[in-house]
Amino acid sequence: MVTTASEVRPPKSANSNANHTAVTGMRWWREVGWRHIVGIVMIIVCVLPLLYVLSASLNPGGTLTGSNQLFREISFDNYSNLAERGFWTWARNSLIVCTVTAVGTVLMGAAAAYAFSRFRFKGRRGSLTGLLLAQMFPQTLAFVAIFLLLLSLGEVFPSLGLNSLLGLICVYLGGALGVNTFLMYGFFNTVPRELDEAAKIDGATHAQIFWTIILRLVTPILAVVGLLSFVSAFGDFLVAKVVLQRPEQYTVAVGLYSWASDERTAPWGLFAAGAVVAAIPVILLFMFLQRYIVGGLTSGSVKG
Amino acid sequence: MSQQTVVTDSAGAPPEPPPSRSRPRGDGISHARNYGRGFWVKVILVALIDAGAVYGILSAVAVSQWGIVAFLVVVLLVVNWVYFSKRALPGKYLFPGLVFLFVYVIFTACYTGYIAFTNYGDGHNSTQADAIAAIQIQNEQRVEGSAAYPITIVSQDGELGFAVVQDGQVEVGTAEQPLEAVDGATASDDKATEVPGWDVLNFAAIAQQQEAIVSLRVPVSDDPADGSLRTQDGSTGYIYQSTMSYDPAAGTMTDSATGTVYTPDDRGSFRAPDGTALTPGWKVNVGFENFTRAFTDSRISGPFISILIWTFVFAILSVLTTFALGLFLAVVFNDPRIRGRKIYRSLLILPYAFPGFLAALVWKGMLNPDFGFINETLLGGANIPWLTDPTLAKVSVLLVNLWLGFPYMFLVCTGALQSIPGDVLESARMDGASAARVQRSIVFPLLMVSVAPLLVSSFAFNFNNFSLIYMLTGGGPNFEGTPIIVGHTDILISMVYSVAFESGVKQYGFASALSILIFIIVGVISWWGFRRTRRLEEL
Repeated sequence: MVTTASEVRPPKSANSNANHTAVTGMRWWREVGWRHIVGIVMIIVCVLPLLYVLSASLNPGGTLTGSNQLFREISFDNYSNLAERGFWTWARNSLIVCTVTAVGTVLMGAAAAYAFSRFRFKGRRGSLTGLLLAQMFPQTLAFVAIFLLLLSLGEVFPSLGLNSLLGLICVYLGGALGVNTFLMYGFFNTVPRELDEAAKIDGATHAQIFWTIILRLVTPILAVVGLLSFVSAFGDFLVAKVVLQRPEQYTVAVGLYSWASDERTAPWGLFAAGAVVAAIPVILLFMFLQRYIVGGLTSGSVKG
Repeated sequence: MSQQTVVTDSAGAPPEPPPSRSRPRGDGISHARNYGRGFWVKVILVALIDAGAVYGILSAVAVSQWGIVAFLVVVLLVVNWVYFSKRALPGKYLFPGLVFLFVYVIFTACYTGYIAFTNYGDGHNSTQADAIAAIQIQNEQRVEGSAAYPITIVSQDGELGFAVVQDGQVEVGTAEQPLEAVDGATASDDKATEVPGWDVLNFAAIAQQQEAIVSLRVPVSDDPADGSLRTQDGSTGYIYQSTMSYDPAAGTMTDSATGTVYTPDDRGSFRAPDGTALTPGWKVNVGFENFTRAFTDSRISGPFISILIWTFVFAILSVLTTFALGLFLAVVFNDPRIRGRKIYRSLLILPYAFPGFLAALVWKGMLNPDFGFINETLLGGANIPWLTDPTLAKVSVLLVNLWLGFPYMFLVCTGALQSIPGDVLESARMDGASAARVQRSIVFPLLMVSVAPLLVSSFAFNFNNFSLIYMLTGGGPNFEGTPIIVGHTDILISMVYSVAFESGVKQYGFASALSILIFIIVGVISWWGFRRTRRLEEL
């Protein structure tokens, strides 16, 4: 875990002379002060578009032109109008798709990692390499084949075909094994085998070892994989757009695109309100995950 | 998800209580030998899968999807073997994931490769037999002087059908089901009045569904050459027969009205001597034509080459600009004397945390030349064509991607900088190296060891950054005079999408060939890149 200076308030001016190295005046400006200027400029660049969306979402006019004066008017009309335009259906669809994908990814990835980590079987190394190779062809490249596959599947199992949330979830679950398995495999290997052996001697079955011992000990990696697959399913646009073609089945990504893509009659205020609602949970999640990302890099592996 | 997401130190975690403690929920899948609760859970789950597979096999047979039938039979056998055999222990854990991996990753990848060598697309989307049937149906005309049948419109669960009386026997057929005799029906004056299992529509109901009834086509038999029964008014039906007749021996299609003979060509169409082709055609193997087409078709090759170059430029510049800015900021904020670094970092990763598709859409609105925030407010009413001028659109795409991507590089570089041991830097300083020299000769090479693989991944990601391009510019401004709709900011993957779905005629074969091309390019570059980065580690 990275330890950083945990000061809470950034100094607004050069007067803050409480630095622990106690440099002041010109020298402070030359060595430290200019860094704050860079930081403030960058923060403005980062935050301005976000403030713009927030302001547009609060502007009842709802057009592009009307949104240009930041925070000219504040009203929650756009937010209350989201319901009648079907936004919450999209949000529900996204929630279903992402949750099921995340849970499925965690379960299948953990099961596979358990098998690779704890059992020695013929073709084990080969399967690991095969998994790595299978990831070489990303699903974004295969969207034409995915479309055609779901077209045929839909004739046999309508609920796995086009225009079905379950069909989309299954496509996402196709990527469940792969990177996640490797991430988990590394983590599973850090759980000492002596624990399993002790349990086995006490009469535990392999299933009991998996569900009651291993899964309990690797909860951090399960959480990370679950959250990452949730976020990536939430952000996916291409596959969702190919699979889902009826507005009532859209996920948030496809739905909001349909609002914002039409420049002339775009319900811009509505789009902005939807964007704010959709972005806040993801931003919070990232703020929470940030230390894992940085910490994972510094320690050489993603560790909780 | 469980509430125990508290960070536990994995290696030193205390051992759990003995597993003999029974669990509150019965979700444990137990040993085959052990006929406990877990075993029955397993039996129920496997039984459900079996039921689904059997249902799937039956319905796949019904629609003649033989590939799906074969796959489901294999799954059915493997599932039961894996979960009831004592020898397939690892299989029990690998099987669910492998099924999904096989269907949605491996199969789709192979299928993409297969389609790339065919002319699959609008007008060529099925077998020759299907094409022959479709051509015959499309060219049906009323047979001159044929008898008129008094027909009755019937319906069953919303599906419409015709009932006619032939040789005193009532026959019913629908669009899917050819005419078939029905027992127990009553008729008067050659017109069916009551059919068991079917509702006879009255006049009002017929008027209501007029359109569907007029377009309804009930085949006389399974052979499309026998023609079909159609009606114009809902009470009288006529036999329609195709003017096209297929000669299975010669393999040709003859138009009996004009006498033209259409012979099949190697492009999957029936073609007359004068060159006109019948639609639809069928799917045939076209070899490498889809791959060479991008280079040899003069209307496509120009835009294609410029898209190919732009894809490289976009991916490389995206990596370089985001990395440069991210590294710069990481170095700037890597000074422990700065107060509030945590606040800076939290705010700087906001663009990365903001969902990418939303950011592209927001920027699209802000960069709008006429009403956008950038032109109207920041630049005081300027009229800069950010997204409609070819060059400026490319610049905009790169700038927006810089905004989206630099926080990731910032995080990565910060992490890498902090992992560089302080004693190395100290010893360099003791040896008299200047600050710039330390940065160049010590910090940067050490940084690259951990960051370089991420740069390669970032290149691969940006090479296929579909949603940014599609949402920000839609590929525009468009090239003129190309048979597919592509524009100056299109990258290869968005060109694939346009070829497959948005250029009027869907050309899955060509699109798949382009996908394979992207796969090869990215694969080769990543392979080369990762090899280079491994060499860095050895330095």
